[in-house]
Amino acid sequence: MLPTIWFILIGVLFTGYFILEGFDYGVGMLYSFISHNDTERRMALNTIGPLWSGNEVWLVTAGGALFAAFPFWYATLFSGFYLALVLMLVGLIFRGVAIEYRSKDQSPAWRKRWDIIMTVGSFLPALLWGVAFANFLEGVPINAQMNDIGGFFSLLRPYTVWGGLLSLTLFLAQGATFLTLKTAGPLRDSALRVAKPLLNAAIVLSAVFVLWTMAMPALGHRDWYLVVSLLGWVSLTAARMVVSQKQGTAFLLQSLMIALSTGAFFLGLFPHVMVSTLGAQYDLTVSSAAANPYTLHVMTIVALTMVPIVLAYQAWTYWVFRKRITPDQHLEY
Amino acid sequence: MDQLGFARLQFGVTTVYHFFFVPITIGLALLIAILESIYVRTGNEDYRPLIQFWGRLFLINFAVGVVTGLLQEFQFGLDWANYSRFVGDIFGAPLAVEALLAFFMESTFIGVWNFGWDRISKKLHLTAIWLVAAGTMISGFWILTANSFMQEPVGYQMVNGHAQMNSFGALLTNPQLWVEFPHTILAAYLSASFFMLAISAFQLLRHHHVESFKKSFRVAAVVGLISAVLVIFVGDMQASHLVKSQPMKLAAAEALWNTSSVHAPWSAFSIVNTKAQKDELSIKIPDMLTILAYKRLSGSVQGIHQVQAEYVKKYGPGNYIPPVAPTYYAFRTMIFAGTLMLVFAAYAVYLLRRSRYADKRWFLKVLEWSLILPYLANAAGWIMTEVGRQPWVVYGLLRTANGVSSPASVSETDIILSLTTFAVVYGFMAVSAIYLFRKYTIIGLDPTNEPQSADSASPMMFIGS
Repeated sequence: MLPTIWFILIGVLFTGYFILEGFDYGVGMLYSFISHNDTERRMALNTIGPLWSGNEVWLVTAGGALFAAFPFWYATLFSGFYLALVLMLVGLIFRGVAIEYRSKDQSPAWRKRWDIIMTVGSFLPALLWGVAFANFLEGVPINAQMNDIGGFFSLLRPYTVWGGLLSLTLFLAQGATFLTLKTAGPLRDSALRVAKPLLNAAIVLSAVFVLWTMAMPALGHRDWYLVVSLLGWVSLTAARMVVSQKQGTAFLLQSLMIALSTGAFFLGLFPHVMVSTLGAQYDLTVSSAAANPYTLHVMTIVALTMVPIVLAYQAWTYWVFRKRITPDQHLEY
Repeated sequence: MDQLGFARLQFGVTTVYHFFFVPITIGLALLIAILESIYVRTGNEDYRPLIQFWGRLFLINFAVGVVTGLLQEFQFGLDWANYSRFVGDIFGAPLAVEALLAFFMESTFIGVWNFGWDRISKKLHLTAIWLVAAGTMISGFWILTANSFMQEPVGYQMVNGHAQMNSFGALLTNPQLWVEFPHTILAAYLSASFFMLAISAFQLLRHHHVESFKKSFRVAAVVGLISAVLVIFVGDMQASHLVKSQPMKLAAAEALWNTSSVHAPWSAFSIVNTKAQKDELSIKIPDMLTILAYKRLSGSVQGIHQVQAEYVKKYGPGNYIPPVAPTYYAFRTMIFAGTLMLVFAAYAVYLLRRSRYADKRWFLKVLEWSLILPYLANAAGWIMTEVGRQPWVVYGLLRTANGVSSPASVSETDIILSLTTFAVVYGFMAVSAIYLFRKYTIIGLDPTNEPQSADSASPMMFIGS
């Protein structure tokens, strides 16, 4: 029972992370390309300025929770996906510093350099999370000692790369819609112009991904997976239909899509956490990867107390910084 | 070097680097909170540009601390998968609690603080920085709860070759935690005080905004002196605790090859000859080690050979001696750097009483250079703690060699690739951070030098809107 609750909680943490950091990554990848001058680049960065750091903690918490609740999943995943994770961490490290440092010097070369770093740093995690999740379900060569012996390139297969392209496109679209909500002027117009084709692409990519996932032998709860995924796909399509008129609604619908897809994925993965291609006896499951009941019990109390408090104050900061960023205001970044 | 060696090198390098930034974050948050409290209470507008100045340096530092912390969260899984499997039940819990209780708080409220000038009330803004200060301290508490388990395992039982938590309370009341946590947090306050003292001294020497930097000098001197006294006091308790909990680490830190007489002298400096297993050119203070260890005038301290013999009986054949020279020198470095900081802080506070410190140019120059001391002391403290615990990763339970990831998933080449990558990335970040620290220190309080848009065509941005 407790391991299942924690599987759900990990799902919730990743959902929070994908919704909140998804648009951060999208903004990070897009801003260099859709802005017309330095002020616009700074406006774009300032839309996520006060928020991104708190958003990223969702990932840190998911990582910590994975370690605490499923130490065997944590150990096998991060040692097995070694170089992929190193790449992702380099991306995350770079973008965190880039956003803070980029506008702290006037030199165009300095700014250009950090813009490139920010773009690449946002691209890597946006792509690699999709690749990683697809690998959980399709499976990697996990042996009897719970070690993934595949190496970096074995992680890149058609299905997993498709998963990566999907997360990448979803986050790009989410970032574009976010910029239409939080900026004004030509920057906003450009953001809206790119949001539409990105949403089109995401609609196609996600439809194919859902069908492809249905063909995965390890997929559990197939009917539910399909129903929830389709709901997500409908939200995404609805977001595309309203994005020209109502960007706020579109943003919420896209967030809903990310939540439903992540939820569907965890539903389909259950009771596995990582599938082994070397034999079902080597699969890591919710029960075989979990920590002992005592640890889970303690952690449950902490999580159920703290998550609502965190949500409350994070929601408050979104309210404080709800206004659009305009070119004539003080820009911190 | 082999796979294990590179894994250890990667952990050591990235962790020490991370810890160059963390203590400054923890301490500077407190110092800024104190300055802002004075600002809100007195309403003296001179404080605002000063607080924003320290805030800029804080953020330059904070960014690197946060992003290198990401690697810390995940690298137990990267290179130390077998360690993670062994202690995940226990070690993961404080990490997760740290994120939930502390990381969210500091990351969210630093955003509120940085972007909230003029958007929220002064009191709310002040609350934000105090929440950041509290968050960084709470964060320290939880990560040290995890580290203390590695030094002194408590609250666990062994099941199928894994350590399982059976008492969360025992983790939180670990005696090691209650010497390690205050020592580390006070060290962070001391570090940031010297960061503030050194940069204030730099400004005073150049007559930049003298009245303002006198204010930060005063706060930093007082906090620095209080922290220096307490950090040494707690550090001494910590050493006494080692006698019982990790006698081998203490013996190595003292390069004490054989059990001492009941009047053990303290080696102030010597050249440790690990091969011959003896010290050369030793300067010793009579009886001092006994006093340090037991707080009384007689008592012998166990030597390396004797502890080794005892451990062979207890844990089976093997070499239980950590690298003696690094442990010994690291301990000395920490003690000397700490003592110097105590002396400087005391003199700074002494000068405060006469308000003459802005004229003591030689002392201000010394303070500028003392910026190196906290970095030395912090790195040395952790090297002593972690190297001195070898060959164990979890003291008495798991050897470091058994905690590394299986070469079947993580090859030596993988680690070399990632170590090289991190070295390049971290090096680039360090250069950028130092460049910005310097730039913003020189800019000082002058607000017209704030970052602006680089467009020649765009109208002047307003400053401070």
